[in-house]
Amino acid sequence: MMDLAKRRKIKGSIALGLSTLAAVSGLFWLTFIIFDVLRHGLPALNLELFLEDPAPPGIPGGGLRNAFVGQLLITGVATLIGVPLGVLGGTFIAEYARGTKLAKVISILSDIMVSVPSIVVGTFIYAIMVKPVGHFSGWAGAMALAFIMIPVVLRTTEDMLKLVPWTLREAAFALGASYFRVIKDITYRAAATGILTGVILAIARVAGETAPLLFTSFNNSYFTLDMSEPMASLTVTIFNYAMGPYEDWHEKAWAAAFVITVGILFITLLTRSIIHWRYKD
Amino acid sequence: MEEKTKIQVKDFSFYYAGSDKPALKNINMPIYENKVTALIGPSGCGKTTLLRSFNRMHDLYPGNRYEGEILLDGKNILTDDIDLIDLRSRVGMVFQKPTPFPMSIFDNVAYGLRLRGIKNKSELEGRVEKALKQAALWDEVKDRLKDSASGLSGGQQQRLVIARALAVEPEVLLFDEPTSALDPISTSKIEELVVSLRDSITIIIVTHNMQQAARVSDYTAFMYLGELVEFDKTDIIFTSPKKKLTEDYVSGRFG
Repeated sequence: MMDLAKRRKIKGSIALGLSTLAAVSGLFWLTFIIFDVLRHGLPALNLELFLEDPAPPGIPGGGLRNAFVGQLLITGVATLIGVPLGVLGGTFIAEYARGTKLAKVISILSDIMVSVPSIVVGTFIYAIMVKPVGHFSGWAGAMALAFIMIPVVLRTTEDMLKLVPWTLREAAFALGASYFRVIKDITYRAAATGILTGVILAIARVAGETAPLLFTSFNNSYFTLDMSEPMASLTVTIFNYAMGPYEDWHEKAWAAAFVITVGILFITLLTRSIIHWRYKD
Repeated sequence: MEEKTKIQVKDFSFYYAGSDKPALKNINMPIYENKVTALIGPSGCGKTTLLRSFNRMHDLYPGNRYEGEILLDGKNILTDDIDLIDLRSRVGMVFQKPTPFPMSIFDNVAYGLRLRGIKNKSELEGRVEKALKQAALWDEVKDRLKDSASGLSGGQQQRLVIARALAVEPEVLLFDEPTSALDPISTSKIEELVVSLRDSITIIIVTHNMQQAARVSDYTAFMYLGELVEFDKTDIIFTSPKKKLTEDYVSGRFG
């Protein structure tokens, strides 16, 4: 019979070993993917990629300017629609409607929405925004991404606001603050890091979506800033180019994959530094 | 010596939402102006419930019900037409756990002033300094007013919160077990502070600590099971109470 301390030590090292293994295997695949994208994407990277539109198939040269700009526009508009709605919705259920049936229903519906496959959202937007007008459009793509963002942002906002101790709100009420001021001055500040993180995660998530865009903004070989036209995006372009028969396309797909990965990494780092800077203040 | 009544509690009962049983039963007591009144009694006796009635904190939760009257300078504060923002300007509150807002030390103290529309920088600075001095915190924070309030120690945070409440110059200040989360040194600083504020402000303090009640208060109300058992001068409550129950409690026989 082993003594208790020894048994605990063994159990402890087993737990430590397993969790280290899990972390290492997760990290391994992550670095593997990043290095693979780096290895293939970096050599294909050049200035034309950003400045030129695609050349006709088979003809060398050309770039993906249309897809970069389209990606930024679609994601940007989606963020402008999705984030305010998500944050305000989360505020409503965590603050004004806290504890009511309505809040619970919205919360559960959002959870279901989060797990709806993104392609379903794409077909839904197709039915209401593409079919009636008869053609794909950047607006429809942005709306599809916004629909995916809203429940993510809403639930994160709700969770983060609920983590703010109730006594903090009471303290502000006790100074004579209205509920609006309490939310604006106190709970948003206290929950800012968490909400911002949720927003960034939501942007990062939709920036990598392909399926919902196939049904909505589709693709466009030409450069356009008109959101009512079909619009190219990086993810759809990666899909098309990777599937395409030309070696030149494959390289461009790798380059695009590299840029979108770095872009998302950059957004994440930017947020972290904003948070850091705000908290030092 | 004749005391001036600041608050008169008259036939006051309180019901929490969804409960037919009153949490406070028919309370009658005066709160004297510029004195410290301690509310003591075992857990669940209703002392915090009573305290939170003085600034209508219960209104934050729907369904709570007041009966009777609480007269502040002769005017009932339990009527529907009372302006809660105005009431809470006159009756400030300090909570059990320090509640610094997620902003700088200066902004914390200035918060209540800004809520009242004061934007003038020199006026804000003057009043923040005055409040921090009143709360005996000025010397410790004067060089780092722009720093986050969360960097202060628990005791400093509690004095900051007191300064924040003092900045809007309330007539009454409510303390809800203000030292129960603090170490002995911080506790004695808060107690000194309470005593020093007594000349200019009416103070009501809920405490579990009977020595604290004895040290800082002029009057003491002993409550039990939602009722006011005895109200008198603090030294009488602690040395020669009229009721057996009070004597048992203050001598530590129960509670």
